[in-house]
Amino acid sequence: MNEQPANWVDIAALEDVPKRGARLIKTAHGCVAVFRTGADEVYALDNACPHKQGPLADGIVHDKSVTCPLHNWVISLETGEVQGADEGQVATYPAKVVDGRITLDTAFLVRRAVA
Amino acid sequence: MTQRLIIIGAGMATGRALEHLLDAGADYDVTLFNAEPRGNYNRIMLSPVLSGEKTYAEIETHTAEWYEENGITCRFGEKIASIDRAAKTVTAENGDVLSYDKLLFGTGSNPFMIPLPGHDLEGVIAYRDLEDTERMMGLGPDNKCVVIGGGLLGLEAAAGMAARGVDVTVIHIMGHLMERQLDEAAGYLLRKALVDKGITVKCSANSKEILGENGKVRALLLDDGTELPCDLLVMAVGIRPNTKLAQDAGVAVGKGIHVDDQMCTSDADILAVGECVEHDGAIFGLVAPLYDQAKVVAKTLMGDEAQFVQKELSTKLKVTGCDLFSAGDFAEGEGREDIVFRDPARGVYRRLVLEDNVVVGAVMYGDTADSNWFFGLIREKTDVSDMRETLIFGPAFQGGGASDPLSAVAALPRDAEICGCNGISKGEIEDAIAAGSGDLAAIKASTKASASCGTCTGLVEQVLAVTLGDDFVIPAAASICGCTDMTHEDVRRMIKSQKLTSMPAVWQECGWKTSCGCHVCRPALNFYLLADWPLEYQDDPQSRFINERKHANIQKDGTFSVVPRMWGGITTPDELRAIADAADKFEVPTVKVTGGQRIDLLGVKGEDLPAIWDDLNKAGMVSGHAYSKGLRTVKTCVGTDHCRFGTQDSTGLGIKLEKILWGSWTPHKLKLGVSGCPRNCAEATCKDIGIVCVDSGYQISIGGAAGMDVRETVLLCQVPTEEEVVDVIKAVTQSYRENAKYLDRIYKWMDKVGLEWIQETVEDLDTRAALVERFDLSQTIYRKDPWAQHVAKAETYQPLADLTLEAAE
Repeated sequence: MNEQPANWVDIAALEDVPKRGARLIKTAHGCVAVFRTGADEVYALDNACPHKQGPLADGIVHDKSVTCPLHNWVISLETGEVQGADEGQVATYPAKVVDGRITLDTAFLVRRAVA
Repeated sequence: MTQRLIIIGAGMATGRALEHLLDAGADYDVTLFNAEPRGNYNRIMLSPVLSGEKTYAEIETHTAEWYEENGITCRFGEKIASIDRAAKTVTAENGDVLSYDKLLFGTGSNPFMIPLPGHDLEGVIAYRDLEDTERMMGLGPDNKCVVIGGGLLGLEAAAGMAARGVDVTVIHIMGHLMERQLDEAAGYLLRKALVDKGITVKCSANSKEILGENGKVRALLLDDGTELPCDLLVMAVGIRPNTKLAQDAGVAVGKGIHVDDQMCTSDADILAVGECVEHDGAIFGLVAPLYDQAKVVAKTLMGDEAQFVQKELSTKLKVTGCDLFSAGDFAEGEGREDIVFRDPARGVYRRLVLEDNVVVGAVMYGDTADSNWFFGLIREKTDVSDMRETLIFGPAFQGGGASDPLSAVAALPRDAEICGCNGISKGEIEDAIAAGSGDLAAIKASTKASASCGTCTGLVEQVLAVTLGDDFVIPAAASICGCTDMTHEDVRRMIKSQKLTSMPAVWQECGWKTSCGCHVCRPALNFYLLADWPLEYQDDPQSRFINERKHANIQKDGTFSVVPRMWGGITTPDELRAIADAADKFEVPTVKVTGGQRIDLLGVKGEDLPAIWDDLNKAGMVSGHAYSKGLRTVKTCVGTDHCRFGTQDSTGLGIKLEKILWGSWTPHKLKLGVSGCPRNCAEATCKDIGIVCVDSGYQISIGGAAGMDVRETVLLCQVPTEEEVVDVIKAVTQSYRENAKYLDRIYKWMDKVGLEWIQETVEDLDTRAALVERFDLSQTIYRKDPWAQHVAKAETYQPLADLTLEAAE
């Protein structure tokens, strides 16, 4: 196992992402979308719908899901799994809120780069 | 030979009697007197008018045209002074003497005013007619109102005013509300529901005196010394048959005007109907027996046999959110047994009173779905001994297994009442179906069933399904989405009537099943709330589709397209240069002319949007809203300026309309076209709203489309001046905003409400002006250039963080 220690990085204030909204994070291997739910949970997912790579950060966030703006696929923010009759999964990354700040585990992002 | 019929009173009973007479082809010359300065309206629907769920126009049952078409002489606003039975004449207040062959009393009832000291002060009213309703509607959130009377009428008045934000207190002399229809337990639940609506309720309260100041009401004083300040005091403590005229004429009168089973009074040529009569010791306040009487009185006037029979009555309260039903007699007594069911968590209460294994009374609160079935048991005097154990749970639990609602309807006898408002039985609906009425609309038109309050619509549909079998499929009322069982129409009604001004309020009050809606319902709710409450509501960008959130059209690769406004399709070399410069600077791959005569810059990166807007703003251009459920474009031809056929300044009108309408949100996209002559170069007749200029003025037509459906517009009206064009279009647009379902184009809305309704709406100058005013008000808040506003928050279009370095480590 090539386990790397967690590397939590402070990204931004929670308020920088609107409630029931998302913002993008640039990485060397494409964009990750950081979502904030109505209950102030944060989630990080690849910014591409498994259907036609729709930009998930531009979708409508409801409960713990996001609806892709291109063809209305609904994706679970918790698992990245596509909901309903459609199939597919989006990669998810550890994210949490600490003292009102959004932090991401960049170790996972690095692994995403090598994968 | 034609006989003269004089009717005194244009109320619900005489209105219905007139209809029956006309249906039967009666040979009467009818003169109709009415003390109120108007014709017949549905008085039982004043409560929804008060709460804002309906308008007066919606409850008017007979229009001036109707009376005219049917040759009825109307003398509205006039009272009868006296009647000379020997000479068979009536004398009107102005001294006119008219003779009659038959006279019909429909004088209704007077509200009973408690003769408290101060009852004649200004601001002390009853709840009886449209004037009273309007007085209550005139109160605002800063006003206080006291309602004396915790019965049906008083509570509907209180709830209606509370829905408008008025501070309302209900004073009731008895220990619990609606004590004639409810027992204590149901009264408690009702009281709790009203208190939750912000209404203060005081039971066992005795009024002592109405206090005034300068001749106007100031407060109500109770006999325990409490003073309740108020700007208006509504007395809703009961009604008394209005018998004075009959009494003066020497007709036999008791509590009401005495009538026999044929509705004849003690004078064979004088008949009476409605709330003013006393039949077999009873007087009448609910609508169903009035309509039965109307049927009988019409038959009698036709010389046909008919007999009025009193039936068991049921009561429902017309207060949104208070589901209450009561029927029969529920007093306790020797030999009577009770079956009670309570579910405190759901706020449900049911009580049945049995005597000799027959249900004699029922009270239900919170869940009244089975009320018709129980009411049937009461009226049929069904022996319930076989189903006693499960009786309280309703028809679904009788005879093993959940029963099919259709078989329950199939089992109803022909005289079972389906529509309580109009007294229509199952048999009458079956007859109408046999005569060719094959759907709900036809049944409504031919029998009036479900045409009043509409609560029996489901039952009528079930009768249709039972009678027609597979030929009729009950239309499932489609809910907005999986978050709710309510339809768009239900939710719009709730938003208006309950004054829900935020999305959490809608989720809560309408029982949303999800924590915060979904991508289907939230954009709809966001629109409904901003359309209905432009001042109170805060627009929610997170409930808008990305196009409206980022003010550009998302493309398949996640880039956006940007369309600046070109008013009426006119541009200048400077604007074209600015567009060309922007296209160069932001490496726009495709520049295209749109179907609406605008220029589209396709393929702009999301993070570049604020910068390209800024450049276009600097050249004087604003967003074309080419992405919005709102005004898109006004397409024009060249009109009189250059065209040899053009009439009127069609280009100028197009520009003017676009400058007035831009930035307005609508249920779906809104496109206009203005053509200068019937050659129609702007293709105005396939737009949502089209204007074709002609020599004599402007033809305005609506309901066109050239999308998934291709539709030609239909003529709405022709007007002579540009000013009127502008007003009519503002009014139509506002009516569409206020009434249509989200994502319905104008043509779909028009198919639902009917062109005639829209025509009536904009042709009535008062209604038109009110719509224009509300449109203008909304524009003061919502007509902002989103590009200019969003440039200021350009950073939110940038990535939140750049981890390219860290990820590469």
